[in-house]
Amino acid sequence: MSQTATTPSPATETAPTSAVSVDGLVKNYGEVEAVRGIEFDVASGEIFGFLGPNGAGKSTTINMLCTLVRPSGGTARVAGHDVVSERDDVRRNIGLVFQDTTLDGYLTAEQNLRLHAELYGVPREMVGERMRQVTEMVGLWDRRGSLVNTFSGGMKRRLEIARGLLHSPRVLFLDEPTVGLDPQTRSSIWRYIRELKTREDITIFLTTHYMDEAEYCDRIAIMDQGRIIVLDTPAALKAEVGKDRVQIQTDDDQAAIAGLREHFDIDATVAEGAVTFGVPEGGQFVPRLFDEWNPDLPAIRSVSVARPSLDDVFMAHTGTTIRDAESGQTDTRRNFARMMNR
Amino acid sequence: MATETTAPLGAPQLPNGRPPAAQPGTPHEIARVRVPTRSLRSELRAIKVVWKRELIRFSRDRLRILTSLTQPFLFLFVLGTGLSRLASAGTHGVNLRTFVYPGVLCMAVMFTAMFSAASLVWDREFGFLREMMVAPVRRSSLVLGKCLGGATVASFQGVIVLCLAGLVGVPYAAGLIVEVFALQLLLAFAITAFGVMVAARITQMQSFMALMQMAIMPMYFLSGALFPVSGLPQWLAILNRLDPLTYAVDPMRRAVFAHLKISAAARHALDPGVTWWSWHVPSLVEAAVVAALGLLMLTIAIVQFSRAE
Repeated sequence: MSQTATTPSPATETAPTSAVSVDGLVKNYGEVEAVRGIEFDVASGEIFGFLGPNGAGKSTTINMLCTLVRPSGGTARVAGHDVVSERDDVRRNIGLVFQDTTLDGYLTAEQNLRLHAELYGVPREMVGERMRQVTEMVGLWDRRGSLVNTFSGGMKRRLEIARGLLHSPRVLFLDEPTVGLDPQTRSSIWRYIRELKTREDITIFLTTHYMDEAEYCDRIAIMDQGRIIVLDTPAALKAEVGKDRVQIQTDDDQAAIAGLREHFDIDATVAEGAVTFGVPEGGQFVPRLFDEWNPDLPAIRSVSVARPSLDDVFMAHTGTTIRDAESGQTDTRRNFARMMNR
Repeated sequence: MATETTAPLGAPQLPNGRPPAAQPGTPHEIARVRVPTRSLRSELRAIKVVWKRELIRFSRDRLRILTSLTQPFLFLFVLGTGLSRLASAGTHGVNLRTFVYPGVLCMAVMFTAMFSAASLVWDREFGFLREMMVAPVRRSSLVLGKCLGGATVASFQGVIVLCLAGLVGVPYAAGLIVEVFALQLLLAFAITAFGVMVAARITQMQSFMALMQMAIMPMYFLSGALFPVSGLPQWLAILNRLDPLTYAVDPMRRAVFAHLKISAAARHALDPGVTWWSWHVPSLVEAAVVAALGLLMLTIAIVQFSRAE
């Protein structure tokens, strides 16, 4: 990264498109396979999200990428450097915000930032200016003299984001950046993340198990049980599910279901107190529904159309919802599914 | 190492030679910092900042400064005064407080050093250790900074006890102060290194404290901090000679007694000096023993932290 004899081969420096490049990455803890051979690329400047329930292997993967955990197999390059053989080069080029705070509560915000600047060797003459920029961005400039212990959870997280940016990393890793925060703070954290993309030349790699947050990402990888199940843009993933969810309310649900089968060749069921079914283009289907609705059928009192959510995507690929996967019902559900398929 | 350590200001450029993402219309341009490659200078900066953090934290914690002085005060003034009537027959007219003074000074230093090392366990628990572990610096720099910080803080505590010398009949002689200061600095470093070595493995505060107490208390009682080391029963003499702390207390006591005007009999009884098979071990050798052990434990601590993920 600078003109020194110790700089690794120039080839590693010319990887303008991939900020993160992973190939066959594996991590075993004894018998437990936490990550079972994953591969993906993250382009420079992307906001890339890792989505999955707790225990899916997201944190293990992120820890391998930021050189905290040694892979059991496979390779990973971050900012053009190998995470095993060029550990220091990787570390200089990444910023980290962990799930749990890593601030020193007995120091002030400014002291925490200065300590970071010293550890990362940020040139002294730049520390003051850079510190001002990053703390202003997260709205903590005025509080820089306060002890971190006096900060709320949201302020701590914001300070950690500022600290992670202090040394101008090329890739910022955010491990569950909004977990445990109230909705308002969550949305402000997301505002910073998206602002960042326009202000700095940076790639953002984050993990989350909030479906609604995954929508903010340019691309997401859904991870479950140590594997990447699917990887694409949120829109493409949802399009892949294919069907919008249409719900209609009638006075006689059974007659409506029979009518749908007879006239529209659609299988519907009653869910959430309404006749529910899936069609490829919900918006276009509704006018047709009314045009062709037989007057003998019970009158439709209301219609709602919902685009597929990432919940539907997760469901389509794993056969379970992320919430059920979290609450540990995954295995029983899977066993049940296996039983049914037999 | 000829490393370019300062980034050219105002000429932000990415490592791969691409121009920086100029964002016209953004609220304010953010200066891109270039982090230099690792060099001796960056390691020294890391050592210094870890050291400085210990000092900042210690200065914030006034309560700790006070509480860690209670024990030495109790030993020096309460125990020293109370027992002096019992012990007067054996001390040849020397005040017992004067006799235990070097031992008490060691105690003050030891406990402070131990608490400094213990903060590493907190650092792990509260996550801050992770911030240090992912930094692009050698783990040895972090461990060294921590040990130096602990040693500095502990010897500050020692200086407070050193100031009390006059109250227990120890003269304020320049040579004495320098020698005692140097010895307690060495002890502080060795004990911090010991604590850091233990903290590398022990991740829970309760276990750490229990283990340290278990190590420190016997070490302290066996060391001769509270009794002369000659004429002991053989089992105690052996344990005393094996105790590393013996070699910190003894030279300190010698330094103190060298500046006292007392009878030869008293000197012989109270400051016999440590012997190995009747060889009188010189102070310098004793100090070297402490230094060697300190360095050994520092090395073990560094190896352990370098291995840790």
